[in-house]
Amino acid sequence: MRRILLYVIILTTGFVFLGRLFYLQVVDDSFAVRSNDNAVKVIYDYPQRGYIYDRDGELMVSNQPSYDVMVIPRNLKPFDTTELCEIVSLERKELERRLDKAKIYSPFLPSVIVPQLTKSEYAFLQEKMRNYEGFYIQKRSLRDYHVDHSANVLGFIAEVAPATVKKNPYYNSGDLIGRKGVESVYEDTLRGVKGVKYIQKDKLNRDIGPYKDGIYDTLPERGKDVTISVDSDLQAYGEYLMTNKRGGIIAIEPSSGEILSMVTAPTYDPADLVGRKRSSNFSKMWLDSTARPLYDRSILAQYPPGSPFKTMNALIALQEGVVDTDDTFSCHHGYSYGRGRKMGCHAHSSPVNMNQGIAQSCNSYFAQVYRKIIEKYPTPQEGMDAWNKHVRSFGLGDYLGNDLSTGRPGKIPTSEYYNQIYDYPTYRWYATATLSNAIGQGEVLLTPIQLANMTATIANKGWYYTPHMIKEIDGKPIKDERFTKKHHTTIDTKNFEPVIEGMHQVYKNGTASSMQVEGIEIAGKTGTAENFVKVDGRRMQLTDHSIFVAFAPVDDPKIAIAVFVENGYWGGRYGGKIATLMIEKYLKGKITRKDLEDFVMDPKNSLEDEYEKPYSGEPFLINDGKKNGWL
Amino acid sequence: MMARKTAGYDWLTILIYFLLVCFGWANIYSASLGSDPSGSYFDLNEVYGKQALWIGLSIFLIVVILAIEVKFYQRFSSVIYLTALFLLAGLFVFGKTISGATSWYAIGSFRLQPSEFAKIATALALAKYVSDIQTNIKLISHQFKAFIIIALPALLIVPQPDPGSAMVYAAFFFPLYREGISALYLVLALTGVLIFVGTLLIGPAWVSIAVVTLAALSFLIKKKKRPGIPLLLFIVVACIGLSFSVNYIFNNVFEQRHRDRFNIVLGKEVDSRGIGYNTNQSEIAIGSGGWTGKGWTEGTQTKGHFVPEQHTDYIFSTVGEEWGFVGSGLVVFLFVCLLLRLIFLAERQKSQFNRIYGYSVVGIIFLHFMVNIGMVIGIFPTVGIPLPFFSYGGSGLWGFTILLFIFIRLDSDRLSF
Repeated sequence: MRRILLYVIILTTGFVFLGRLFYLQVVDDSFAVRSNDNAVKVIYDYPQRGYIYDRDGELMVSNQPSYDVMVIPRNLKPFDTTELCEIVSLERKELERRLDKAKIYSPFLPSVIVPQLTKSEYAFLQEKMRNYEGFYIQKRSLRDYHVDHSANVLGFIAEVAPATVKKNPYYNSGDLIGRKGVESVYEDTLRGVKGVKYIQKDKLNRDIGPYKDGIYDTLPERGKDVTISVDSDLQAYGEYLMTNKRGGIIAIEPSSGEILSMVTAPTYDPADLVGRKRSSNFSKMWLDSTARPLYDRSILAQYPPGSPFKTMNALIALQEGVVDTDDTFSCHHGYSYGRGRKMGCHAHSSPVNMNQGIAQSCNSYFAQVYRKIIEKYPTPQEGMDAWNKHVRSFGLGDYLGNDLSTGRPGKIPTSEYYNQIYDYPTYRWYATATLSNAIGQGEVLLTPIQLANMTATIANKGWYYTPHMIKEIDGKPIKDERFTKKHHTTIDTKNFEPVIEGMHQVYKNGTASSMQVEGIEIAGKTGTAENFVKVDGRRMQLTDHSIFVAFAPVDDPKIAIAVFVENGYWGGRYGGKIATLMIEKYLKGKITRKDLEDFVMDPKNSLEDEYEKPYSGEPFLINDGKKNGWL
Repeated sequence: MMARKTAGYDWLTILIYFLLVCFGWANIYSASLGSDPSGSYFDLNEVYGKQALWIGLSIFLIVVILAIEVKFYQRFSSVIYLTALFLLAGLFVFGKTISGATSWYAIGSFRLQPSEFAKIATALALAKYVSDIQTNIKLISHQFKAFIIIALPALLIVPQPDPGSAMVYAAFFFPLYREGISALYLVLALTGVLIFVGTLLIGPAWVSIAVVTLAALSFLIKKKKRPGIPLLLFIVVACIGLSFSVNYIFNNVFEQRHRDRFNIVLGKEVDSRGIGYNTNQSEIAIGSGGWTGKGWTEGTQTKGHFVPEQHTDYIFSTVGEEWGFVGSGLVVFLFVCLLLRLIFLAERQKSQFNRIYGYSVVGIIFLHFMVNIGMVIGIFPTVGIPLPFFSYGGSGLWGFTILLFIFIRLDSDRLSF
């Protein structure tokens, strides 16, 4: 017994130690992480972000250095606070507050004291820096905008959200990431790949050399430059024309699907979201809940398309063989359909054939044509779905699958939709119940980019490429299958001829005849769409939207465009003029119809007062008695 | 004289000794490596260079120890013991204070820590006294004399202050127990420790309840085997009294730093920045080693000098980090082998003196091993004593070398009795 005791104690101790070691070293694997947190610092070497060029090679976005004043509190020596405060224009108390904060964060680690100095502040401070021990200047790279437009196209860069950091291991908290627009969609291309350096730290957090002699370190890879399809001049002009208005414009090159212009109004100068003013500017725009400058109406706003949608019904009617181009329908200031219901129309000659129907935008004509389409089939459900299939073949009613950071599907109703709202089969519904679809009102909703794509498809006589923004990456043309595959509609090419002819007549003799530009043959269509808004739970009708679609030249389309101007009275008043001006700008590079531009830009014709109306709390008139029918 | 039979040296022990010393040096090298190593392993400006020198000199010491006539150790043990006591006492006058403890003599740049040698002297003196033909260790009065031999140096070491080194003298229980003192001492000591820890964990009230319950349960055993009621009552009162006085001493006599050390090991406090920093960093270093470690001189914790005193008391954390479970397990294995081998050697001695000395060696090495590694892996309170053969320090290395090789010398001569 006396001999055994010590054996037992020694062996027990040995086994307890082995067990504890096994637990620490093999079972519990949290120590490796804690060890790296402790002893290995990771430093990232951020590459230059790629530049963004417009379709003509004009530089839109590059980078600029920005200078942050940093401090390591432990290294601070007494300094002339008054002088420093003056140079960086900071209150003395504020400086002291920030220094205290830095000290609390860590006496050994750098903290930002003054972010993003201006160039002159930097130049001045640089000379004096030796007087401020403990401070140093850290260079960072910010976006430098060479244009004051295209904010919605370009997007911006901002600190990465915590959720993204969790999802994507590439990003670390504090990294910058593209948000919205090209910056977001081509983030991976533009950002490059950051380099990593692992540094061995000691217990005071000082660097004591590379970790494992740098075998895990990588070099940064520069971001690639991106050329986008947008025409910078056209974009600038579009944003200029939309001053004092709300709405969106999309211009597409029909032969390629390239987006030439993507205008939303109101918008902002992209430089507003860079630098020290960024955060106050951003919250100001974020909080503007009625004008919503951060909301890209050109791809997000779903509007009733109005009369331009009549061209769609004309195409479907021809394809379904329910009318001939020569068939005429009468119009007596509208179309009455059962139980005293009537769809109004404006004054024009009657009866009209297809060409005149489009040119005069006759509601009555399209109401009857639409009925024929739906009623061709034994049940309204089948008719509705046949109609829906045709419309969808133009890329409407669904996401386009483009390279824009966001989008909306719009709305193209199906039979199922009507079955639901009319509680079929308890109640039945007929073509007349959906008659608003004939004139692009009612259940039909499209975003400007969808309407522009429809116009481009008509210009191409039956096919389209998915609208897109990318043109070249690092100077090499892109070959993205999404954008090089032709989408064919269900409408035969021959059926487009009469519709295009009708649209040409709109410009020659119809509702847009006052906007003719010498030497340019345009096919277009006006639209005036009723619209409603809910303010404090009350549904109110507002002044009609002004809509216009067009493409030109008619026989060799170079540009297809859709313009929405919210509450712009009627199609020709703003939409038509803006579309015509944009087309002239793009095709000729200069403006001959100065009178159109003057009208659109006249402060008297600002729509700001129109946008105030629903929020004034007072009863208000819509269309100010200027209502001119369904143009 | 020349014809005397010798049994030869125990080469297994010597092998383990050299394995531990060399592996220890490799870890000291890694733990004390600056950011720009001079290139030479023997740079005397560096800790590892000095340790290499101490190791070299140890070999010289070994040769001397093995050359000395065996009878010398037994005959001169009293003189050696008294010298050690003088050296310890002299510290109060001539001692040099390093990091709070007056434990060193300084002669130029050379420093000597007499407490590392006092253990050997005590072991020799105890062996001499107990093996004396007139000593009967079963007698209380003789036990008391043995206790004085052990306690004198310990009492001189405590006020340096170096309670850790003083605690090591508890190791002498093992030889005394082997020679026949009652196991009751151990039971008493363990009960004391149990009540101490129990009081800190659950408070004196619950400890009292537990003691009373146990006493009541003892009535279940047969009357003949049960202690009498007066004794039982005495035990219960003594335990409860101890518990309450522990509670009082802990809260009113201990300083906060002492309380912290216990609280952290008992898991009552998590404080990884202050007093718990050492243990926390040491656990991180060891835990991040994994199966096979990060490789020699590749330990990130070691390189960053996160673990304080890593080349001395916390040297084992370097082993854990750079050599992983394989390396640290091997060290534990080597120590256990060494200790078991030494017990085996002690048991084969014919001379009682040799056996007592052998058990003393086992006890001292074992206590250092248990307390040091226990502390480094976080299952013992922080007590600053070195890991034998491993930790940096000339006095420590020489102390353990002399301690061990005197025994090897004694063992080699065991047949001459």
